[in-house]
Amino acid sequence: MEVLKIATAGSVDDGKSTLIGRLLYDTKSLTDDKLEAIKKSSEQRGYDYLDFSLATDGLVAEREQGITIDVAHIYFSTPNKSYIIADTPGHVEYTRNMVTGASTSQAAIILIDARKGVIEQTYRHFFINNLLRIKNVIVAVNKMDLVDYSEAAFEAIKRDFEALNLKSTYAEQRVSYIPVSALNGDNVAAKTDAMPWYNGDTLLEHLEHLEAADVYEGGQVRFPIQTVIRPKTEEYHDFRGYAGKVYGGSLQVGDSVTVLPSLTQSRIKEIYFFDQTYQEAVAGSSVNITLEDDINIARGDMLVKTDELPKIEKEIRATVCWMDNKQLQPGTKYIVQHSTNKVLSKIDTIESVMTTDFSGQIEANGKLALNEIGEVRIKLSKPIYYDAYKDNKYNGAFILLDAHTNATAAVGFIN
Amino acid sequence: MDYIPKKMSVNTLTPEWETETRQDALPILRTNALENEAIYIMREVASQFEKPVLLFSGGKDSITLVRLAQKAFYPAKIPFPLMHIDTGHNFPETMAFRDKLVEELGVELIVRKVQDSIDQGKVVEETGKYASRNSLQTTTLLDAIEEFKFDACIGGARRDEEKARAKERIFSVRDDFGQWDEKNQRPELFDMLNGNIEIGQNVRVFPISNWTELDVWSYIQKERIEIPSIYFAHPRNIFVRDGLIWSAADAVVFRAEDEPVEERMVRFRTVGDMSCTAAVLSYADTIDKVVAEIRASKISERGARIDDKRSEAAMEKRKQQGYF
Repeated sequence: MEVLKIATAGSVDDGKSTLIGRLLYDTKSLTDDKLEAIKKSSEQRGYDYLDFSLATDGLVAEREQGITIDVAHIYFSTPNKSYIIADTPGHVEYTRNMVTGASTSQAAIILIDARKGVIEQTYRHFFINNLLRIKNVIVAVNKMDLVDYSEAAFEAIKRDFEALNLKSTYAEQRVSYIPVSALNGDNVAAKTDAMPWYNGDTLLEHLEHLEAADVYEGGQVRFPIQTVIRPKTEEYHDFRGYAGKVYGGSLQVGDSVTVLPSLTQSRIKEIYFFDQTYQEAVAGSSVNITLEDDINIARGDMLVKTDELPKIEKEIRATVCWMDNKQLQPGTKYIVQHSTNKVLSKIDTIESVMTTDFSGQIEANGKLALNEIGEVRIKLSKPIYYDAYKDNKYNGAFILLDAHTNATAAVGFIN
Repeated sequence: MDYIPKKMSVNTLTPEWETETRQDALPILRTNALENEAIYIMREVASQFEKPVLLFSGGKDSITLVRLAQKAFYPAKIPFPLMHIDTGHNFPETMAFRDKLVEELGVELIVRKVQDSIDQGKVVEETGKYASRNSLQTTTLLDAIEEFKFDACIGGARRDEEKARAKERIFSVRDDFGQWDEKNQRPELFDMLNGNIEIGQNVRVFPISNWTELDVWSYIQKERIEIPSIYFAHPRNIFVRDGLIWSAADAVVFRAEDEPVEERMVRFRTVGDMSCTAAVLSYADTIDKVVAEIRASKISERGARIDDKRSEAAMEKRKQQGYF
């Protein structure tokens, strides 16, 4: 069955948890015992309606404060598709979680409170989905019941978002607008009589129509070697397979390939998945490949088609989102984890920082703090073989590891 | 068509009907995203860590993990041992199954017993109606990690099981004391997994994080994976307490004298510690019927786990202390 991963973003109190709860409820994904638990907790807290956020806020601190702190993963399915929602908190300080949730998603739902319209938070959500190049963005205008289901209110918000969208750096991104009331269930899974002026799909119908393509879809094929498989048994005495996941395009038996970084050339001999051999390794498959020639390949190497070489450089420019409490200072050493490589590196300069409302770039004051996004120049101790993020998501993204604490300090998108 | 699970073996390789043949060509590869992701994670564990281990309970999730590990490294053997933290409250069917599987795979099995931790005075047996060894496992597990210096423990936990687990990472770092710091977790971007740790720390790895209960059952069905017989409907002496069905055949499950025993057709949806795992009424005696039943079910899998009903935050508390 197809799996579609969706990131949800919204501000405090715009009803994101209620919307997710409504999706679960209407698709009958909330089992009786879970529903019972929600009823009990809602009553204990003295609410007069069912608080679906209690189904998603998994940590004690979240339930106490009534907010979502961390990315939660929520699962539901229709006869058609399995869905995974990465529910990310909308507070200013949680940009890091939004980026994290968006990085594994094929679609994003941006929630806007119909009474408040496009606000600073919306800028942030728009910008992050644009930066990460999320293919499908759904703007769900919620709490339509509180603006008397007004078409004018919906259209005004749509216009404001379209104006924002003029700044898009990803022309292929598809943006859709749906007026909903999560509390009443209008246009979530069921059509409503309350908004006769809206003829489009409900939120669930829209999701059902989306194609669940691989997050890394598109671009030239990249095959990073995770591990070399050498059984050393009698039956497979000379077997030498290269295990990894196929990103971007696909590989076929007979393809001419080049090994990076050695630039040695060979051809694909066999493509194994478990005990069977196949003609083609499609994008997203975790296969085991053998080559015609006996060459020296190790973890960290990469197979590409011979006429599709990536860039090989020791210096890169990238947009990074800072995720650690310890601020980034130029000249500091970090480990770049890119593909199956870990390379010691130095952040050379911070060239600019995004303003806090994400409306533009300003000059860096020499630092990059938690939840800030900036442009940096990085020097690496040995070359990496990469693509620009806009050309190849897999081979254009990396994380920075703090060499002292081992923390994942940042994610980067290579320019 | 239903098939009889008892005749299957874990060594059943790719079923023939799964590979569609083109004329004069090799078959077309059909895989699923969840399986590819899990295989990818298994390979990252083998590469990024020095001493990984696969935590094996004999339950369907850990059996699925074994199959995925097999696929990740074929034709080589699984490059890490299996470890069973034995509560001593096992279903006998599960133990027989475990030993057979290990023999077929030719991998090492490590067993560490909760009973030993009790005998050494490290933990105290719970008493009363709801006594269980489930939470005692943590001490035995942490001791075993230290004994063997494991730096990565692969487990079959899934995010859909329970709401604290929904917050769990794929590589989840634990400190020297095995504790989970839920508010200070490493972000996981794309499919990049950061396995860098300090000495003494270890990582819990969850390759089937994104699978649901139905995904696991569908996979068992499609792959024809053998699982212990208690997962299928069978007649059993049971009694009912708090709306849950308990096995009356086993001494480790406490039963009051006024709780009457009756024989019913039941099966188990999870196989944890016998003293905290309830059965469900069922006539699903084949994998196809089980999958159909799960699809239509109105009760969640952990609805039959008394250990989660202790409080709203029961799982979060256990995880902070080193439970997996």
